[in-house]
Amino acid sequence: MNVLEFLSTPAEACRRNGPNDKIVFSSRVRLARNLSGVPFPGHAKKPDRIKAFESLMEAVSALPQMGNEPFSEGMDKLNTQDKQLLVERHLISREHAQKSAGSGLVLNKEETVCVMVNEEDHLRMQALRPGLQLKQAWLAIDAVDTSLQEKVGFAFDRHYGYLTACPTNLGTGIRVSAMLHLPGLVLAEQINQIIQAVNKLGLAVRGLYGEGTEALGNIFQVSNQMTLGESEAEIVERINKVLLQIIEHEENARLFQLEKKPKVLFNHIGRAYGVLSHSHTITSKETMNLLSHLRLGIDLGLFGTTPKAVVDELFLVSQPAHLQAGRPQKLDAEGRDALRADLLRERMKPLPSPEPVPTGEKPT
Amino acid sequence: MQCHVCKKAEATVHLTQIVENQVKKVDLCEACAKEKGVNDPTGFSLADLLLGLGASQKMEEATTASGTESTCPACGFTQADFKKTGRLGCSECYQVFAEGLEALLKGMHKGTQHKGKVPAGVKRAAAGRSQIDKLEADLKAAIAREDFEKAAALRDAIKNARTESQTA
Repeated sequence: MNVLEFLSTPAEACRRNGPNDKIVFSSRVRLARNLSGVPFPGHAKKPDRIKAFESLMEAVSALPQMGNEPFSEGMDKLNTQDKQLLVERHLISREHAQKSAGSGLVLNKEETVCVMVNEEDHLRMQALRPGLQLKQAWLAIDAVDTSLQEKVGFAFDRHYGYLTACPTNLGTGIRVSAMLHLPGLVLAEQINQIIQAVNKLGLAVRGLYGEGTEALGNIFQVSNQMTLGESEAEIVERINKVLLQIIEHEENARLFQLEKKPKVLFNHIGRAYGVLSHSHTITSKETMNLLSHLRLGIDLGLFGTTPKAVVDELFLVSQPAHLQAGRPQKLDAEGRDALRADLLRERMKPLPSPEPVPTGEKPT
Repeated sequence: MQCHVCKKAEATVHLTQIVENQVKKVDLCEACAKEKGVNDPTGFSLADLLLGLGASQKMEEATTASGTESTCPACGFTQADFKKTGRLGCSECYQVFAEGLEALLKGMHKGTQHKGKVPAGVKRAAAGRSQIDKLEADLKAAIAREDFEKAAALRDAIKNARTESQTA
């Protein structure tokens, strides 16, 4: 199956809306599950791993929640380009992209449920929703888990709950996370305080692609770290509360900047517009950071009625695998930087130049 | 600066490692550094880095103190494997390494007793078991007060519940 043909176009993918999506890109809930009586993927002998892979791929693909024709493929059938494309869409982890024979992926047509088979655990099942919809995402993946439980026996212990390869996921096996765009807090230099406060509550703050990645484009992922000793509902509720607080702080930071330092703010947005519209070679990192300011400008009303989907699409299509997609010759870094700049210049044309909005009052 | 491990001595060894693009900094005293094998970069435990410093040590202490088996009979996973990977080998490992894990989990999670979802099958079995427990207690009481008619009825009820829970 062809990944590029199966996936929605970047434009479609960015047109999905959800509550609070000015600040929250997306919500995600994943559950880690393992088969009982089969060693975890990292320690399993090849025949065991292949057997688990085959039975799970079949069971997962047949689930009603995966719809009529899910994308169901072994990682050995995907090339590096395809895998990277899936990483850039946040459908699989970077770890999973390294996998080959004996690991696989099942994704529904709507791209709302994605199951990784033989990642670190036999199953990493995730539900995705645009905007802040943690509870909905949790209910969706919980339903998948319940249906699958009836077909395959999961490793479960009365005391420890669901058993996982890494003790950090033990118990509920749940990881609840949201991807946030926080340019206001970064500009106001309050982001470190927020991160520290969030860490104290037992939540992790990470960069764009999860563990160990940089917060490019002022995009941060907030997720729970503790999975044992608390119910799923409690974990979801706690993160939701924290996220609502972060959203409030971000909104305040934006208003504060607009009121107290409008020149600084408009300068960032104007320069971002200028560079993105006129560069001839530009790195992915610089692009992300400038797009963040462009998105902030749209949120604040500096670009008239331009929808933020325009910028969100640029976030996606300027990533390496998305740039490469559909092009026969392999691009090197230099080629990508030039192509990225060409693409951005073209896509920026319809955007009006940023008009400063009245300050000292709430933009609508 | 205090040593991260013993939290007593002055830290003189400052280790910076990059693991999966993540910078990890650790400050240790001379003695702890030696014990952890920091001078030998390949010997430094990934489990410690992934799960917090002292993770593998906690596991080791617990298992050597109790003299329990440190190899999982089901999958052959060893203490050393855990130290190296920070992961366990199979679901049985949680029983084998239970003692060491308990301390590790305490520092990592809100509690060590699972409070979340329970698979439907497990729930049914648990409900059946608690029903049988109750009937058995009633039976004992009935025998004690020599109410043999009631006891016979309870005996049959237990028998039924047992076959039901087995077929469920």
